[in-house]
Amino acid sequence: MALHRGRGFAAINYPIGMNLGGDPSQALIHSNPDGKFTVALSAIDLGQGMKSVTRQIAAETLGVPVTDVYVDTADSDTGPHDMGSFASRGTHRMGNAVIMAAKEARAVMLEAAAEELEVDAADLVTDGRGNIHVRGAPGRSITTMAAAQAAQFKQGRTIAGRGIFLIPLSDVDPDTGEMTPVSTFAHAAMLVEVEVDDETGEVTITDMKSAYEVGRALNPRLVEQQLRGGAWMGMSHAAWETTEPYYPARDHGPVDFNTYLMPGPGDLAPHHISVLERPAEDGPYGGKGPGEMCANPVLPAVVNAVYDAIGVRVDELPVTPEKVLRGLRAQGGAKPRRRL
Amino acid sequence: MSGTLTDQPMIDFRKEIFADERDDNLNEIGKPTRRQDITGHVTGRSPFYDDHLFEGLLHIRCVRSPHHAARVRRIDLSAAERMPGVVRILTGKDVPRNLNTLLSLLDFGIDDEPVLSTDRVRYRGEPVAAVIATSEARARDAVAKVLVEWEPLPHVLDVEEAIKPGAPVVLDIYPSNKFIYHGKYDHQKLRYGDVEAAFRQADHIVEGRYQMSPIEQAPIETCGAIATPEQNGRYACYSATQALFFSLAVSSKVLEMPSSRLHFIGGTVGGGFGGKVDSIHEPLAILGAMLTGRPCKCMWDREEEMQVGAPRGAERWYIKDGVMRDGRIIARSFTGYFDSGAYTRLSSYAIIKGVGHLPGPYTIPNVSANVYCVYTNRTPATAMRGFGITGVDFAIEAHMDKVADTVGLNPIELRILNAYRDGDMKAHRRLAKNCALIECCQVVAEKAGVKLSPAMLAASSRKGGGGDRARLPTNTATDQDGLVRGFQGGSYGRKGAKPASLPGLSQTIQSAAPMPAQTPPPATAPQQPPPRVGSMRFSSLSGFRRR
Repeated sequence: MALHRGRGFAAINYPIGMNLGGDPSQALIHSNPDGKFTVALSAIDLGQGMKSVTRQIAAETLGVPVTDVYVDTADSDTGPHDMGSFASRGTHRMGNAVIMAAKEARAVMLEAAAEELEVDAADLVTDGRGNIHVRGAPGRSITTMAAAQAAQFKQGRTIAGRGIFLIPLSDVDPDTGEMTPVSTFAHAAMLVEVEVDDETGEVTITDMKSAYEVGRALNPRLVEQQLRGGAWMGMSHAAWETTEPYYPARDHGPVDFNTYLMPGPGDLAPHHISVLERPAEDGPYGGKGPGEMCANPVLPAVVNAVYDAIGVRVDELPVTPEKVLRGLRAQGGAKPRRRL
Repeated sequence: MSGTLTDQPMIDFRKEIFADERDDNLNEIGKPTRRQDITGHVTGRSPFYDDHLFEGLLHIRCVRSPHHAARVRRIDLSAAERMPGVVRILTGKDVPRNLNTLLSLLDFGIDDEPVLSTDRVRYRGEPVAAVIATSEARARDAVAKVLVEWEPLPHVLDVEEAIKPGAPVVLDIYPSNKFIYHGKYDHQKLRYGDVEAAFRQADHIVEGRYQMSPIEQAPIETCGAIATPEQNGRYACYSATQALFFSLAVSSKVLEMPSSRLHFIGGTVGGGFGGKVDSIHEPLAILGAMLTGRPCKCMWDREEEMQVGAPRGAERWYIKDGVMRDGRIIARSFTGYFDSGAYTRLSSYAIIKGVGHLPGPYTIPNVSANVYCVYTNRTPATAMRGFGITGVDFAIEAHMDKVADTVGLNPIELRILNAYRDGDMKAHRRLAKNCALIECCQVVAEKAGVKLSPAMLAASSRKGGGGDRARLPTNTATDQDGLVRGFQGGSYGRKGAKPASLPGLSQTIQSAAPMPAQTPPPATAPQQPPPRVGSMRFSSLSGFRRR
């Protein structure tokens, strides 16, 4: 019996948003008389942080503190249409819709402030801390709250904005597959280290080193949350999970978490993440969607690492001890490669 | 955590890379702001759909097929209806429009799936009746008393078995068990350059077969919805959907109810991962509320979530590469089989997405693919994290490792050598931009202590692309393989095409046959196409596929 160590590598890119476009998102933003803003959406927060990232995008664009913004989602009577939270589209599509809505609302807010300050709205800037002032003259200022109150009670203006983002639906050529799938791609590379037990066939993933390129880390904590959880999900896809362990036969299908295998806390590998940011030209502040792609490089990196460790190719997921042992038996024992 | 913790940081932000393309001087963007909803989540106070309480709530549970394929001879509800607490039992005839395909909202595909099957079941677990009772336990007890007379039929579970001549037909509208693309072919094609000619020039041919397994999305909160009658003839629906208006539109269509009468509430969901797009529960919950006048809950238990809920579909990929001695890949061909299960759901879409993604993040001058959406007698597949991409990326990157082995190159250097760069032409005939694969490879090599050659260290996504690499191939080999007759349109990518219709007699040219109204009629039964029902289609709203 011996433990064999191996390293495997994989690199991927990932398309952001629904393929071919045609998946609009809308946002509505309005201010109450205190200068606090509500963003109304129909986006879904599945735990990925949809509400938080749209809140930061709205605050940045409006030029107000994030604490002055609340995101309300999803009620079909009050939130405008959105295609949904899938295809890594939330941040990209909805983020852009929120920017458009926030720009419109900001313009009205600045007009209201300009009227109070008796200056041209084009000369006004926001400091992001709740004040609007004349560019280069911070002394000539008004709070966003005072501007909103003036808009509501003196000027009769609605500080509100509408936003939509739509990449129009495009064609596919049936004969060549020519198409415009998406407008932007995220990227990743991953090196995984494994230990393979040639007696039990068990594969232990001992370390992951990655680089993820996400356009812009709009909220670095949320990005880390996605990358860390997603890579563990990738680990799980590689070596644990399936609803049909003997696919295509349907036997031995799991019915609960006792029989549906996933890594426990003790199985999770340390993951050393590097985040790269190459802004997408049509992304909100350059942001892409890190949500889905973070799992993808782990699957092939694990099978490549198993090959590196014992010389067995497991081309059918998941990499179970049974498959490893059958592979070892077929080639007459472990044949370590140690190429990386 | 197991393994060895090194002194490397668990996360770092490599701000120096691409710094000249960013303005990092922003107020809120880039800040680690705490989530608006986190306190509610970690204290268990965030309201999810099942936290909404209703007086007199009724519970819906389905009667399901024990067979992979069977004819439904008779459903006897009499014993079940006498069970305590049973308020009503729904069957297919209670569903106003008992046939749908999810992507019909994009005019993509033919309606193929009943809400409650009436005459035939095509996978183990397919529902044929829904008991509405005063408690979940009573609903379960009554489900056990529904007598269904089944006539088991031959079934097929393997994608390559399913497309052989003589295989059991899963859906009559797709007699060869293959989805029809663009009304023209039984697969999605990608043709770029001439792979066969390039294979002849290659120093090495590397081939592989890869199998992606079906996987459960496994959200902690199982899929479900609660519907309740509101005033003024409206219905409120509290849902775990990942796509609020998508679920609203599906409900509107199958219930033949204007969308103005539906009020959907959701947005806080206990994990989705793609499994909460299918909109299975909302129509049943609303139908229950319509027919009983009481709030109704329809929710999967864990077993249903894992065995009836649509998983990530299995995919089988065959890849063949033509490689030069120095590691340059000059040709790559794919044959792919997506296991759609018994109905289309979203698999047809995922294939086009996957084909647009080929040959992976590499610049390869000759690429070809034939990808099939195959029907089998298993739980329909649907979206899951990385839909259309994860499976083929597994295949591509496992294959790249074999290529590296064949030419004796470091696996990281092989990727950098073949990586796509700004300005390169991609196989779907659009120019690459905003690339960053090379930089990701370099950062990982550095962290892992893998030595790269000076040329590989100096490589950049922003240099060396375009020019000759931007040119389309002078010759692309095309073919008519897999041509089908008797279908129209069927792809949302074709502006102005007529909507999908049923094929006539298979493989012969027919005038447009009618769309199915309830269940697919025999191919010869004349029937008028039903009028459009339900809400506007998104594509109509956006003006692309106006009928």
